[in-house]
Amino acid sequence: MKTLGVIFSNIHDKEITELTSRRTLASIPFGGRYRLIDFVLSNMVNSGIGKVGVITKMNYQSLMDHVGNGKHWDLSRKNGGLMILPPYNNSDNALYKSRFDAIRGIRHFLERSDEEYVVMSDCDAVCNFNFADAVQQHIDKHADITVVVHKRKLDGEKLARSVVEYDVDKRVTKVSAQGKPSGEKYVLANILVITRRFLLSLIDNADDLGYSSFSRDVLARGCKEYRVFAYPYNGYFASIDSLASYYTCSMELLDRNKRIELFHKDGADIYTKVRDSAPARFAPTAKVRNSLIADGCDIEGEVSNSILFRGVKVAKGAVITDSIIFQDSEVGDGTRLHCVIADKQTRILAGRMLSGHETHPYFIAKNTVI
Amino acid sequence: MKKKKCVAMLLAGGEGKRLFALTGTAAKPAVSFGAKYRIIDFTLSNCTNSGIDTVGVLTQYQPLLLNEYIGNGEPWDLDRSYGGVHTLPPYQAKTGGEWYKGTANAIYQNIHFLEEYDSEHVLILSGDHIYKMDYSAMLAEHIENDADCTISVIDVSDEEAKRFGIMDFDGDKRITSFEEKPAQPKSNHASMGVYIFKKAVLVDALIADEKDPKSHKDFGKNIIPKLLGEGKRMFAYSFKGYWKDVGTVTSLWEANMDLLGERPALSLSDPNHKIYSRNEPLPPTFVGNTAEVENSILTTGCEVYGKVVNSVIGAGVVIEEGALVQNSVLMSGVHVGKNVRIDYGMLDEDVTVGAGAVIGDEKSDKEHIALVGRGNKIPAKAKIESGKIVD
Repeated sequence: MKTLGVIFSNIHDKEITELTSRRTLASIPFGGRYRLIDFVLSNMVNSGIGKVGVITKMNYQSLMDHVGNGKHWDLSRKNGGLMILPPYNNSDNALYKSRFDAIRGIRHFLERSDEEYVVMSDCDAVCNFNFADAVQQHIDKHADITVVVHKRKLDGEKLARSVVEYDVDKRVTKVSAQGKPSGEKYVLANILVITRRFLLSLIDNADDLGYSSFSRDVLARGCKEYRVFAYPYNGYFASIDSLASYYTCSMELLDRNKRIELFHKDGADIYTKVRDSAPARFAPTAKVRNSLIADGCDIEGEVSNSILFRGVKVAKGAVITDSIIFQDSEVGDGTRLHCVIADKQTRILAGRMLSGHETHPYFIAKNTVI
Repeated sequence: MKKKKCVAMLLAGGEGKRLFALTGTAAKPAVSFGAKYRIIDFTLSNCTNSGIDTVGVLTQYQPLLLNEYIGNGEPWDLDRSYGGVHTLPPYQAKTGGEWYKGTANAIYQNIHFLEEYDSEHVLILSGDHIYKMDYSAMLAEHIENDADCTISVIDVSDEEAKRFGIMDFDGDKRITSFEEKPAQPKSNHASMGVYIFKKAVLVDALIADEKDPKSHKDFGKNIIPKLLGEGKRMFAYSFKGYWKDVGTVTSLWEANMDLLGERPALSLSDPNHKIYSRNEPLPPTFVGNTAEVENSILTTGCEVYGKVVNSVIGAGVVIEEGALVQNSVLMSGVHVGKNVRIDYGMLDEDVTVGAGAVIGDEKSDKEHIALVGRGNKIPAKAKIESGKIVD
């Protein structure tokens, strides 16, 4: 069973504008040393997928810098491996606007591949998930499409992800993004398995069928017509669709059980780009509690309930609580940070006091000096 | 193919007897150091940082772990289409085959490797030293002096001088005398075991030495004194900076401790001279609510719930609640149970320590490190006295 991987790196950029102003959603830093794409890429590799196309649209320099030739995920291969698929533009088509357009843009890549199935995933999901089971179910059910869904408690707010209903045979009966549902529902994980030939026929017949949106036309309308099945995933799953959910999901990593589920499940590792930082240094004056500390950090001050990415410097007398500090940022002497998300290479000079709230973390943009 | 200007030959076959349990299943250069490194990372990184892209690593004793670790050389950027890193174990040939009998014989048996790359100069290195050095500066001086051989020197104390090759040189840095491990050292200029030779001079010397039945086939004892006696152009290159021979448990422990303090004697965070290593795919280190970490370095994947003071902690180490780890070196994968006390201890990879066990003693010192070899399981409430070795 050969499966092809396709990753959408930009789809949800607009949901977290703070973190995506200069990068794709895929390259948002997460968990002290990772980028969001690391989870889906590692999941694909750990599931035995050896060929992965990454669809990009804009702002993809940081993404290319991060994934390089794919060697950190063992995807630097003669056959297959990692392929970046930037927009393919000619005079009469503009930059793609929807997921369906994006898929049409990689028709050639899909056509030339010989894998029978395609796993398509966005980068908004943080999980350690082996796709092999979902692909197997897809084969067993003779499905055209298998959507991965996860259980979520909804609170009647407007939804960013579609709700899925399915019958006892797991056949999907309804996909809806309408209304403001509440209670425990299954929602799309933005990961799906699709038969490659079926996908190609959708692309080729899109104009005749009047298709332009994948979720509205192919899933919501198509589930009556095609064999669309659901694969419920019950493991640890964090869906990142706003700065607040980014903050909440990050802080969940301070829970030992969640770390075990995300980083050590069944021996499946999460890979990332190696930076060769020195080990983290805890000075004689350092006081660290309930925090994740990456390599290359140099801590002389106090840190609690926080996540420090690689190469963060915390001066003597600084106090950081409930915050997330990205790579190579510096926090000055006597400075206090509470519920702050500081992007890469920020410098918060001595004696500053900055505070946000759990539901509204205070965000500091990349390279800012305060 | 374009000729290489200089290739490096890294002597990594030593058994490292004075590291006892640490070298039971690993060659000395493969022993862990500084939380996330192995000793050989320093010389390999020095090569890369000095623009030397062809390195032969001479292995002999317990080479499996070392071979696997070096792999294709990718972590050190030494996976090259022409050159790169090559492990060179002893081999069989039509004329027979034998173990490496000494440092010089090891290179002699690989003269074909030197001829293949046909470089003008050859850099000879030891795989058991911790230091950051730019060999290209030494090579430049070697070429400027039109030297046949240049030896890197560092000044050591009178006491230490007896353990090294000691030399004297004139105002032009030309070496006038050389003595290996002298009882009465004439100077403090010690050889670091880092030599650059003109390849032609080296090859001739090795062939001649091989024919001498009385020779120990050793650079310090035979090759260097012989060339000096022949009046070859031998120069000293003065190295200033941190350098440590980590051949003993005490010196290895000391070198680890040199990474700690307000101003560490050895800094690993110089962006212009990174030390590369094979990184493990582990999440960042977690420091829990019940943890205290002071004056220590920790690398990725640790879970700390106990107290860590003045220590060096490797990847994926777990320290449970109530445990105290002090003045110690814990290599990767060590698991420290609840209420364990470790003081002046050195625990090799994947050791597990049962709850309530006591290893070492807070009144101990660097000469009495409690040493636990790879993969040992210390039972709950066991006591390992300071200075003891658990193989």
